Amino acid sequence: MWDKKENADRLFRVLYAVSALLVIVDFFVHRHTEHPWEHVKAFYPLYGFVGIVLLVLVAKGLRRLVMRPEDYYGAE
Amino acid sequence: MALSSLPPFVIFLVGALLVALTKGNVRRAVLVLVPVAGALNLLRLEPGMSIEVGLLGYTLVPFKVDKLSLLFGYLFHLATFIGNVYALHLERDEHAGTQHTSAMLYAAAALGAVFAGDLISVFVFWELLAFTSVFLIWAAGTERSFKAGFRYLVIHVVSGVILLSGALIRAHETGSIEFGHIGLDGSLSGWLILLALGIKAGFPLVHSWLTDAYPEGTPTGTVFLSAFTTKVAVYALARGFAGTEILIYIGVVMTCFPIFYAVIENDLRRVLSYSMINQIGFMVVGIGLGTPLAVNGAVAHAFADVLFKGLLFMSMGAVLYMTGRSKGSDLGGLYKSMPITATLCIIGAASISAFPLFSAFVTKSMIMTAALDEGHTWLWLPLLFASAGVLEHAGIKIPYFAFFGHDSGIRTTEPPRNMLVAMAIGAALCIGIGTFPGVLYGLLPYTLDYWPYDLTHVLTQTQLLVFGILAVVVLIRSGIYPPELRSTNVDAEWTYRWAAPRVVHAVGGAVARVDGALRSVALRIVRGGIALTARGHGPSGLLSRTWPTGSMVLWVAILLGISLILYL
Repeated sequence: MWDKKENADRLFRVLYAVSALLVIVDFFVHRHTEHPWEHVKAFYPLYGFVGIVLLVLVAKGLRRLVMRPEDYYGAE
Repeated sequence: MALSSLPPFVIFLVGALLVALTKGNVRRAVLVLVPVAGALNLLRLEPGMSIEVGLLGYTLVPFKVDKLSLLFGYLFHLATFIGNVYALHLERDEHAGTQHTSAMLYAAAALGAVFAGDLISVFVFWELLAFTSVFLIWAAGTERSFKAGFRYLVIHVVSGVILLSGALIRAHETGSIEFGHIGLDGSLSGWLILLALGIKAGFPLVHSWLTDAYPEGTPTGTVFLSAFTTKVAVYALARGFAGTEILIYIGVVMTCFPIFYAVIENDLRRVLSYSMINQIGFMVVGIGLGTPLAVNGAVAHAFADVLFKGLLFMSMGAVLYMTGRSKGSDLGGLYKSMPITATLCIIGAASISAFPLFSAFVTKSMIMTAALDEGHTWLWLPLLFASAGVLEHAGIKIPYFAFFGHDSGIRTTEPPRNMLVAMAIGAALCIGIGTFPGVLYGLLPYTLDYWPYDLTHVLTQTQLLVFGILAVVVLIRSGIYPPELRSTNVDAEWTYRWAAPRVVHAVGGAVARVDGALRSVALRIVRGGIALTARGHGPSGLLSRTWPTGSMVLWVAILLGISLILYL
C-alpha cells in the first residue's frame, strides 16, 4: 500500500493541510497561557518543528563523536 | 495483627514454585492464574495494614500498605499478567522453565520492595530484583547476553551494597530503619541511599547498565525487565526523596541526553532503552518538584510508562522473535506481513508521544503543569523539547524503521496469538487510561482536582506533535535525516567496557615493569653480597684460610718482639 508513491504523497498532503490548519487556528482561539513565551502566536508549532530539526542535526553531529564500528567492544 | 489477606509477594513466590514444578498446559494455566489470584488478594488490602517483626532492637516491617504502594501493586500485577500472556508460547523453548520461574520471582521481588516498610526489607528485595531478573538476560543464550547480564548483575549488587551502607549509617544516626521520607539533610546516609536508588533509576552516568543489558534480554524477558526494576526505583524515590531539589535538575538531564542517542541508535530495543531513561526523567522531575500534583504526575506517568513501554518492547520483541532481527538497518516494510503488530506498535507510539486520548497525555501533563506552577519557566523549555524528542524516536522512528521505510524484503507472519493478545491488552489499557483518566487519577496518592482535557492543552499538544512529525517528514524527504547504520555508539559504559580494561592492563604492565626492575636491582645487591661473603668466607677466602702453625709462631714472635722494644 505504501510502496505506491501516490498514496504516500496523499498522506503527506493531509499532513501539510492539518499543519496549516493548526497554525491558522492559533490566531483565532484564545489559549490560556502560563509561560511567558506561550503568548507568541504559533509558539508550539514553531517549538516542535525547530526542536526536532535541531535534535536531528545535533544527533547527526554526535555520530562523529561517539560512533564506532559494530564490533568495537569485541566480536559478537 | 490478624491478616485476612497475604502480602502480595508471597503469592508470587508460591506461584514461582508452581511454575517451576509444572509443564505444558498446566503451567500455562498457572502463569495466567497467579496474577489473577494476586489481584483478588490485592483488592482486599487496605492502607494501614502492616506486619512488624522485632530484630536486634530494630523493627522490621516486611509488609506495609499505603496508597502509594497499592498503586505500584496494581501496576506490577497488570505487568506480570501481560508479560506472562506474552510469554505463553515459550513452552516449546528449552529455557521456558527458567524464564517463567525467573519472571515470577522477579515480580515477587518487585512487589516485596514496594510493600516493604523498612530499609533492610527494601534492601533484601532490592538485591533479589537483580538476582532473579538476570536469568531473563542470560536465557538469550549468547556470549554477548552472558557478558551483558554479568555486568548488569555486578552494577545492581553494588547498588544494593550502597543502599545497605546508607541504611546502616541511617540506623546508627536516627535509631530507626523505617522507610519514610529521607531527603538530603547533608548526612552521608541520605546521599548513599539516593545514589543507590539513582543507579537503579538510571540517573545520568550510572544509566548504562540499562542500555547495555535490556537489548540483550530474550524477546519476552525484556518486557519484564522494562516493567519492574526502574519503576521500583521511581517508587522508592517518590517515598524517600519527594521535594529534593537536585532531582529536578537530574531529571531534566535524563529527559534530554538520551533522545540524541535514540536518534542515531540502530538497535530498536536499545532505542527503547534510551527512551525509557527519557521517560523516567519526567518522573524524577515530578518527584523533585514534590508538590502533590507533581508527585501524582510522576507515579501516574510510571504507571502509564510500564504499559506503553511494555507494549513497544512487546512489538519489537515480536519482530525479533519472528525475524531474528531488531536493528533498524536490517528491518523495514514489515507492515505487509505483520499488520496487526504494526497497528499495536503505533498505538504504543502514540501513547508515549502523548497524543490526546492516549495515556501519556493525561500523565506527563501533570508534571509539565506542576513545573510551571513552581516557577521553573526555564526548565520547562527543555522538558517541552524532550516531549517533542519522544515523538521523534519512539513515536516515529520505532514504527517507521521496523514496519515501513525501506522494504527489507523480509516476509514473515504475525507472531503467536498469545503475543498478539498481550499486546492488545496493553494497547487497550493505553487508550483506556488516555480516554478515561479518572480511573487512574482515583488511585493516585493525593486527591486533587486536575483534569487534562481542555481546549488549550489539546490544541497546544497537537500543534507540538504535528509539527514534530512535519519536521521529521521534511528531514527524511530531503535526505538530511541520518540513515540507520550498523554501529556501536559509545556512552558511559565506555568507561568500564573500553577504558577500565585498558587502564588496568596498562597499570598492570607498568607495575610489572617497575616490579621487575626493582627485583633485578634487589637481586643484584643480594648477588653482590653473596659474592663478597664468598670472597671472604669461601673455600679460598682470606678469612676461611687455614694458617700454618709456623707462620702463627712467627707472627707471635714478631708481636712479642715489638712489645719488648716498646717496654724497654
